[in-house]
Amino acid sequence: MSRAMTTATSHAESPGLWVLAWRRFRHDRVGLVSFDIVLFFVALMAASWTGLIASDWAREVGVSNAPPTFTGPKVASARLEHAAAPEPLRRDKSDESAAVDPLAGVLAEIRASRPPAAADTEIVDPLADVLAEIRGRSGSASADETRAATLIFGGDKWGRDVLKKTIKGTETSMFVGLAAAALAALLGTVFGALAGYYGRWIDDFFNWFYSVFTSIPYLLLILSIAAVLNQKGTMTVILILGLTGWTGIFRLIRAEYMKHKVREYVQAADAIGASHMRRMFVHIFPNVSHVVLVQLSLHVVLFIKSEVVLSFLGFGVGVDTVSWGSMLNEAQTELLLGNWWQLAAATAAMAMLVTAFGLLTDAWRDALDPKLK
Amino acid sequence: MKPVHDILVSIRDLRVSFRLDRTTAFEAVKGIGFDIPVDSTVALVGESGSGKSVTALAILGLLPKENSTLGPDSRILYRDRNLLQLAHGEMRKLRGCDISMIFQEPMSSLNPLFTVGFQLIEVLAEHVGLGSRQARTRAIELLREVGIPEPETKIDAYPFQLSGGQQQRVMIAMAIACEPKLLIADEPTTALDVTIQKQILDLIAEVQKRRRMSVLFITHDLAVVGEIADHVVVMRDGEIREQGPVQRIFEAPQDSYTQALLLCRPQLARRPRRLPVIDDFLNRAPAAAPDAPERSRGLRGDEAIVIEVRHLGKSFYSREGLFGKREFKAVSDVSFKLAKGKTLGLVGESGSGKTTVGLTVMRLHEASSGQVLFEGKDLLAMPPGVAMQYKRRIQIVFQNPYSSLNPRFTIGQILMEPMQIHRLGSDEQERRNMADALLEKVGLPGTSFFKYPHEFSGGQRQRIAIARCLTMKPDVLICDESVSALDVSVQAQVLNLLQDLQDEYGMSYIFISHDLAVVKYMADQVMVMNEGEIVEIANSDEIYLRPQHPYTKKLLSSIPRGWRGPRESPIAPG
Repeated sequence: MSRAMTTATSHAESPGLWVLAWRRFRHDRVGLVSFDIVLFFVALMAASWTGLIASDWAREVGVSNAPPTFTGPKVASARLEHAAAPEPLRRDKSDESAAVDPLAGVLAEIRASRPPAAADTEIVDPLADVLAEIRGRSGSASADETRAATLIFGGDKWGRDVLKKTIKGTETSMFVGLAAAALAALLGTVFGALAGYYGRWIDDFFNWFYSVFTSIPYLLLILSIAAVLNQKGTMTVILILGLTGWTGIFRLIRAEYMKHKVREYVQAADAIGASHMRRMFVHIFPNVSHVVLVQLSLHVVLFIKSEVVLSFLGFGVGVDTVSWGSMLNEAQTELLLGNWWQLAAATAAMAMLVTAFGLLTDAWRDALDPKLK
Repeated sequence: MKPVHDILVSIRDLRVSFRLDRTTAFEAVKGIGFDIPVDSTVALVGESGSGKSVTALAILGLLPKENSTLGPDSRILYRDRNLLQLAHGEMRKLRGCDISMIFQEPMSSLNPLFTVGFQLIEVLAEHVGLGSRQARTRAIELLREVGIPEPETKIDAYPFQLSGGQQQRVMIAMAIACEPKLLIADEPTTALDVTIQKQILDLIAEVQKRRRMSVLFITHDLAVVGEIADHVVVMRDGEIREQGPVQRIFEAPQDSYTQALLLCRPQLARRPRRLPVIDDFLNRAPAAAPDAPERSRGLRGDEAIVIEVRHLGKSFYSREGLFGKREFKAVSDVSFKLAKGKTLGLVGESGSGKTTVGLTVMRLHEASSGQVLFEGKDLLAMPPGVAMQYKRRIQIVFQNPYSSLNPRFTIGQILMEPMQIHRLGSDEQERRNMADALLEKVGLPGTSFFKYPHEFSGGQRQRIAIARCLTMKPDVLICDESVSALDVSVQAQVLNLLQDLQDEYGMSYIFISHDLAVVKYMADQVMVMNEGEIVEIANSDEIYLRPQHPYTKKLLSSIPRGWRGPRESPIAPG
């Protein structure tokens, strides 16, 4: 991306390819709208990165599984609230809270029949009194003061705001997508340039390398690399996706270089004494940079989706970060309880960005493709 | 002799415009009108952008529907039917049956996946409705008629198994399969070698006479027109400049543009000091007096030698089987000397190895054998570092000005780069000044410095390519078909520029071209190549007047010579 962008800026003085492409692009309404949406997401990512918004995404502001405001607190939510409200306080036992204990009634019976002396063996909830007081004061129907009963887009199991989670997830997912695509484009371009330009044994070498990479089923490859790295985190996901995703770009750039290296302008560059590196990256690269740009944005979309899949499978970002994939992973269990909003928020954000990015890529390709003569 | 001419097609007030984008339209044909009589050949002549091909497409009803519009009064009458208002199905029936067309590139007009017989039979079955056996017999007859040797076996050949000339013959066979009344030939010989061109022109003329059909022959080359046409229509920028019988157009052209076209092209008989260019004719009375002093060419034998090439050879290898490889000798045992300040013309048909010689001499291709002596040192044996110093002194101007300039560089970058690489000039400012001076020298405005190649026409781009070579002050300039892709009028300008530069800087040229007239004009010495070997090498006047080798003779006799007085009338029937 960086290289394509520097070319864009250095050619800005007079109407070169990029200026003309921008003029064509400006007439593309769908492209412009998509561009705005993508810009909006990028702004969101930047704002969230710098901590302007959603820095407090981890605060538990609502009741557990608080429904979105527009649906209002559900009838069922009263029951759920009752069952799950104390849950965040003993998060270590969180898996118990989701399932209804079939023996609860029996236990209560036993406890009631037991003499009070047995009470000291039980774990006493230190906040039980406070909670009871709060509940008593606020009443069952209205929201309590510290925890909202409804949130704009609902809350998750721990009562965190889904909207803020989605924004934070946008940051992670987009960063992963952009960085991994940049890495893949860099590898694919450099390998493709070397293979396509020099040909012969260098080409053979990279082709073998490519064949080995593509002969392994994609997901299996990703999972095996994830297993080898054995470290969860954003960087790992970027590396996994970048190191496995360069192959398609490599093929395209290699073909472009093979086509361009026999063009007369490259021969002319040879005639004036330009070195191989100069011919490869100063002369040919600007002529194939539009291909790289389009591939780059295609791969951003692809990698955003891949990150989601990875996180969903549990190979993605760590537990302390939130991404659309980890949100979808949580939504798995929530859906059983009918809590659809986390799924909806992550899916909507992802669908919007991916669609906009895809349309933007198409518009870019149309704007850049017509051959300038 | 000829019966009173019927008019087969008459075109009246034809206007075609193309929509470029939402607001702008481009009028390609601006209200033209001419007639195509029965049993005659009409030539439509013009340079690129003159609207001649658009006219042909309009007759065939093949204009792109999405972005082209026809004028309201436009009419193309074919036997009193307006072709522009025919229903789609009717037009389709007419096209390919009554009106057929041959294109410039025979290779891309034939489907490479089917045999020529299959494609011919398809036409016959579709339009004539013959059964398969009859169609095959008819197809063989047609192939024989267009002069394909052994048509019984060639009918099952695939297009790639035929030579370019044979492919064009097959295209003609397909075009005449349904006995059309009108054959439209759009630059049918431009992609072919000169000897093949002659055969195809003869074939078209012969078929036209035998079948008594009309031919609309579209070309940019007036010399070809003089050989084949009965009537000539000269077009420029979508307008007709002049039309009339071929004899009048050639002997007494009225329009200044027609006069310019006739005189801009180098001729075999004369060699003026400077070629007239189109502006000479359009702006003022033609200055070129027929008795102006001519330039004398040729070597005396005592000139200083810049480059001496000895036994140069270049082979390409293709893999065959598992371990074997087959050698193809593109150039073998080529030796010549290039004199200082003189031009060596290198002539040959495609595949003769002339371009390979040029590229090998300057080390753009690696030579397989031989020596290239430059100031007594063998360029080919030098290690790359040493060769770098010499690299700048031999430069090349390529054929296609559209692909030889990097589209992402400004003209300034293109001109400054060689100076930066070779550290010519002390600083950027000096280089900038040198670039500006060169732009002026090749006749381009100083504002070009910040523009990109796509903003220039073909001729201007070729000037830029020449300026790029000049930045390095070379001793030798190789012009590899440098003017072949240019329009006739632009060609004259670039040739004049090259000549002026040679006079001023004393550069030596290796002028590679398939165009014998241009080589005759430019070269002091001419080297004829065939299949990688030198056939003949001699002074230019010598070789054109007294060719020794049979191949040279064949080549020279194939040059279209334009109008050479009235041709014998067609064989009167019965």
